Order: sequence, then structure tokens, then C-alpha cells
Amino acid sequence: MANGGTASGGATGSGTTGTTGTTGTTGTTGTTGTTGATGATARVEIGSRSAGRVVGSWRAAWLRVEAHWTWYRRYWRSSLYSSGLQPVLFLAAMGLGFGSQVEAGPATGGLAYVHYVAPALLVAGAVQNAIGESSYPVLSGFKWQQDYYAVTATPVTAGQLLGGQIIWIVLRVGIACVVYTLVALLFGAWLNAGALLVVPIGVFAAVACGVPIMAVAATTYNEGERFAAIFRFLVMPMILFSGTFFPIEQIPAAVRWLAWISPVWHGTELARGVTLGGLGGWPALGHLAFLGVLAGFSAALARRYFYRRLVV
Amino acid sequence: MNGEAAAPMVGAPMVEAKALVKRFGDVEAVRGIDVQVRTGEAFGFLGPNGAGKSSTMRMIASTSPRSDGDLRVLGMDPDVDGPRIRARLGSVPQQDTLDTELTLRQNLQIYGRYFGMSRADVRRKATELMEFAQLSERADGLVDALSGGMKRRLTIARSLVNDPDLLLLDEPTTGLDPQARHMLWDRLFRLKAGGVTLIITSHYMDEVEQLCDRLVVMDDGRIVAEGSPSELIARYSTREVLELRFAPGEQGGIAARVAEFGERVEELPDRVLVYTGDGERALEQVHGRDVRPVSSLVRRSTLEDVFLRLTGRTLVD
Ligand SMILES: Nc1ncnc2c1ncn2[C@@H]1O[C@H](COP(=O)(O)OP(=O)(O)OP(=O)(O)O)[C@@H](O)[C@H]1O
Ligand SMILES: [Mg+2]
Repeated sequence: MANGGTASGGATGSGTTGTTGTTGTTGTTGTTGTTGATGATARVEIGSRSAGRVVGSWRAAWLRVEAHWTWYRRYWRSSLYSSGLQPVLFLAAMGLGFGSQVEAGPATGGLAYVHYVAPALLVAGAVQNAIGESSYPVLSGFKWQQDYYAVTATPVTAGQLLGGQIIWIVLRVGIACVVYTLVALLFGAWLNAGALLVVPIGVFAAVACGVPIMAVAATTYNEGERFAAIFRFLVMPMILFSGTFFPIEQIPAAVRWLAWISPVWHGTELARGVTLGGLGGWPALGHLAFLGVLAGFSAALARRYFYRRLVV
Repeated sequence: MNGEAAAPMVGAPMVEAKALVKRFGDVEAVRGIDVQVRTGEAFGFLGPNGAGKSSTMRMIASTSPRSDGDLRVLGMDPDVDGPRIRARLGSVPQQDTLDTELTLRQNLQIYGRYFGMSRADVRRKATELMEFAQLSERADGLVDALSGGMKRRLTIARSLVNDPDLLLLDEPTTGLDPQARHMLWDRLFRLKAGGVTLIITSHYMDEVEQLCDRLVVMDDGRIVAEGSPSELIARYSTREVLELRFAPGEQGGIAARVAEFGERVEELPDRVLVYTGDGERALEQVHGRDVRPVSSLVRRSTLEDVFLRLTGRTLVD
């Protein structure tokens, strides 16, 4: 045995094979040398016939995605409107309908309004989709279905559960963005292949907006009006006044900073940049950094709150 | 590894708790308990609401960190090896935590996957477990449509998906009808015969008496007694109990009048209990004293009596 003085109790394991992945655990049949067991606390693991084993962190998160997918296969129709149809309707109404009355001018970079608004609507739709998926569905895992507690009673940890939730939102929003992009193509809304980059940008902005809402959900015990208030007083204004439909230069200077701290604006600037051009390298990096910091910071916060709620 | 095939360590403690404490803010739910559960035995936690049974179970299940003291489960420390421990546990929490928007089969399969089982394995296991829980006809229906007892059975089935070495059952039979209860007892006996260690909490003393080799009685976060059901009954009660019921308002003063006919007398709101080696004889003596209960019953002592003796309260009202 590698671990000085530790009795080789692990030797009795038979059914369990070694584990893979990043959690750093070895299988029951392995030696106990490298993991958390220190010389001070001799671990004498009792022999096993169980079929269960620890899976690696990425795998665990992916198993959560599998679970979401199982659910989605049954219920995708119910979210078709909010995540799929709504942005397309907006594009038709604002881009084609309303846009036909808008003259190309300096504000639209000399372009038809549909070209101006299409990338921004993708970002706005993705953000709304992600926020929706991060609010009540996450709260339900804690509060109504309580299935999060079932998951964390298995080898899967609260952090892996959160990771799976984020990956799931990436995929789900990604699918919706691809569908939107294709429909917008039929509308002639794209000018060039830069449109391909709008999808990852939309997803990135969506994650940066969704993960903070997950953190909020993990600290919400009494749903009350919290999410409704967030939708009304945070999300809607953010979508309306972040340069989605008109440039933020039209906003009075005194309150324009509100748009600057809006992740939707950063996403919209990036999305327009890759399709319409006119965005310098440094500003682009700045927008990416803003979204990255927001996503990273809120993921760390969400992780802490997930543990606080699930491991009590 | 030296490759020798080691024999299972019979008798090594599956669970070992020393001065184990759980606090929730100012509430001390578990106040320093010592417990040892041996491999292969069925162990019970008996106690009234709020005694700290679930808090203890969650610490053993390695889902809830201990506040103080020492704990080893399967020889490992939950704070260090939580996932490894959980990989080999089956856990039936007090509240069902099923995904009601999915089918029974999907619930079992998804859960099994978290234990690193292959798709083929979880598929086979799900079918087997729905058979076990007698829910096969409902396999592809939604969990939402199940009755409370059926959900409970599914939760129990789910806990077995990884062939656990240690099965934790927190009030498993709550909501089950008598037939389902007995079916479950039968299944638990079989699991135990197959080498699974069981830890069960319950309010039902008959359940604990039937199922458990050993138990602790918990009250207010502490262990007040420990032993096998028969040991506890022998130690804290008499062989028989005479129960006397009186018309409303006529019970006053009776306890004192019949006290000499038993080793001990307990007065409950609705009846007087006389603890004695020979219930029939005590009943004759009671009649001889011209005490006229509306009904009387001689029965064997149960854990309920042990509990009453230890805490001065009844377990189930
Ligand atoms: N998550 C929690 N937060 C705060 N207090 C808690 C929590 N869980 C349990 N408690 C408190 O700890 C004490 C013991 O509760 P526990 O659930 O362990 O009792 P129990 O013996 O399982 O009771 P029951 O028979 O009702 O299930 C109670 O006072 C309870 O209010
Ligand atoms: Mg309980």
C-alpha cells in the first residue's frame, strides 16, 4: 500500500472498477494512496458489491444534460413559442414590417433596418430564453420537484449539478439560436457569413445573463414576486434600452451608463460587429471581457449558493 | 495490491459515529450520539417527531455535513469521500424527490446513470426494479399520476438501482397500505439475507421490532436506549401489559388504586397501563378491588412501552 500504515481494507472490493475523470478518486479496488485519505485518518474502506461508482466531473455534468434532454424530448413543444417562435415573430414585425418604414441612415450604419435589428434580436431572444430557463425551472429543482436533492444523494455533487445546468442552457439556447439564424436567412436578414459568429455570441451573452439568475434562484425560498419583478424591471428594460432597436446614443447621457452595464448591450455590440462590421478589436475584447467576467463571477457565486442550499 | 482475495470483513462497522452533532443555526438537532452499525445487520432509529432521526440519516447518507464529532461510513469520512460513499449507498429520503414530469422508467434509468452505470445496465435494472415494486404496468406512465404510496414504492425501488451495500430508509412505509408495507418488509428481509446492511427510521414500533436486529431510541437529539428489541423490552418493561379504559371522567384516581397490582403504572389521557408479568392475574385483582373499566386488554409489551418508560411520552398518538 502506498499510504503508510493504512490497512489494505480496500482489497475486499470486488464489484467496483476504477473510476475515471477529474474527481481524483480511484476505484474501490485501487489503492487508497492518492486521494483525500491522509496518513492521519486511516481509511479502511469496507468491501463492496455495489454497482455504483464515482464518475468524473465532466461526465457527471453531462449526465445531468442527458436528464434534461430526456425531459426536453417530451416537452419541447411547450417551450417552442417562447424560445423559438417569439424571436422570429419579432424579426418579422420589427425587421420587415416596422423596418420597412425606417430609412437607412447614420443610426443604422446606412443599412436596412432588418440587417440592423436581426443580430440584436438573436441576442435578446437568447438572453430571455436563458433567463427563463434559469429562474423557475431551477427554483423547482430546489423547492417543488426537489429533484436536485435526489441528484446530490448520488455521487454527483452540487457543483456538477450546476455545471450540467449551465451546459444544458448552452445547448438549448444554441439550438434556438441556430433555428433563428436559419429563419432569418430566409428573410434575407444576414449580409455575410459573419452571421455564423452571431450564434456563439448570443449563447455567450445568454450564459452571462442566465447564470446570475441561477444564483438568485438558489437563494430564493419564497418565490413571491422576485422573478416577476426581475422580468419586469430588469429584463424587459434591459432588452428595450440596450441598443436592440435603436442606438444607445439616443438615450440621454445621464442614464446611458445603464446601457453600458447591461450585458445585453455588450452582446448586441459584438453581434452587430461580426455581421455589420465597424467594431474595433479593443472594444470587442472589452465586450467579451465584460461578459466573461460576469459569467465567471456569477458561476462562482451560484456554485456557492448551490452548495449552501443542497448540502445542509 | 498484493492480489490476495480478501474475505468480506464481517462485523466491521458500516457506520461508526462518535459524539456526532448536527446544528442548524441555534437548533441542535443531534446532540452528540454514539452509534455503531455492523455490516449485514438491520439497525433502527426509533423516536418521535423532531428527535433528530432524519438529521442523523442525512449525515450518514453523506448529503449533510456533521457539525461536530466523528463519523465513518463504509470506513470512510463523508467530509472527504462523500461521492465515494454515496456511490455505494441507497437512500430513501423522508420526502420523495422524484421527477414527476418523467415516467417511472425514466426516473430509474436517469438515477442509475448518476452511479456510473451503463445504459444497458440501467435499462435492465429499471425493468427489474419496477417488477420489484409491483409498478410494471405503470412503467411508462408519468410519476405525477401515481398515488402517494406508489410514489413511495418507486422511491424505494430507485434507492436500489446501484445494488447498494448500505440502504438508508427514512420512514419508508409512510403512506403505504398494510399490504404494501408487508411486501416491503419481505423485500427488506431478502435484501438483508443478500448481505445488504439496513438502517431504518420509523415511528412504527412494530416495524422496527419486525425488521431490526438492533435499534436506538432517540429523543430530543439524544440516544436514550440501545439494544435489540427483545433486550429493550426486557430491560425497560414487563412481559405483559394490562390496559384499562374507563368511561370519560371516571379515570381519576384509578392509577393510585391499582398501582400495587403491577411493577409500574402509567396513566395516559385515555387509559391506564399496568405493567406486570401476568396481566390476567392483575386484571382479576383489579376487579377484586371493585374497579370497573369499560374495557380491558392484556397484551405483550412492545417498544411503545419502552419508549413510554424512557421518555414519559407515547410515540404514536
Ligand atoms: N434543514 C433544517 N433547517 C433547520 N432546522 C432543521 C432542518 N432539518 C431539521 N431541522 C430541525 O432539527 C430537528 C430534528 O429534525 P429531524 O428532521 O432530524 O427530526 P426527525 O426525528 O426526523 O423527525 P420526524 O419524525 O418528524 O421526521 C427539528 O427541530 C427540526 O426542526
Ligand atoms: Mg424525519
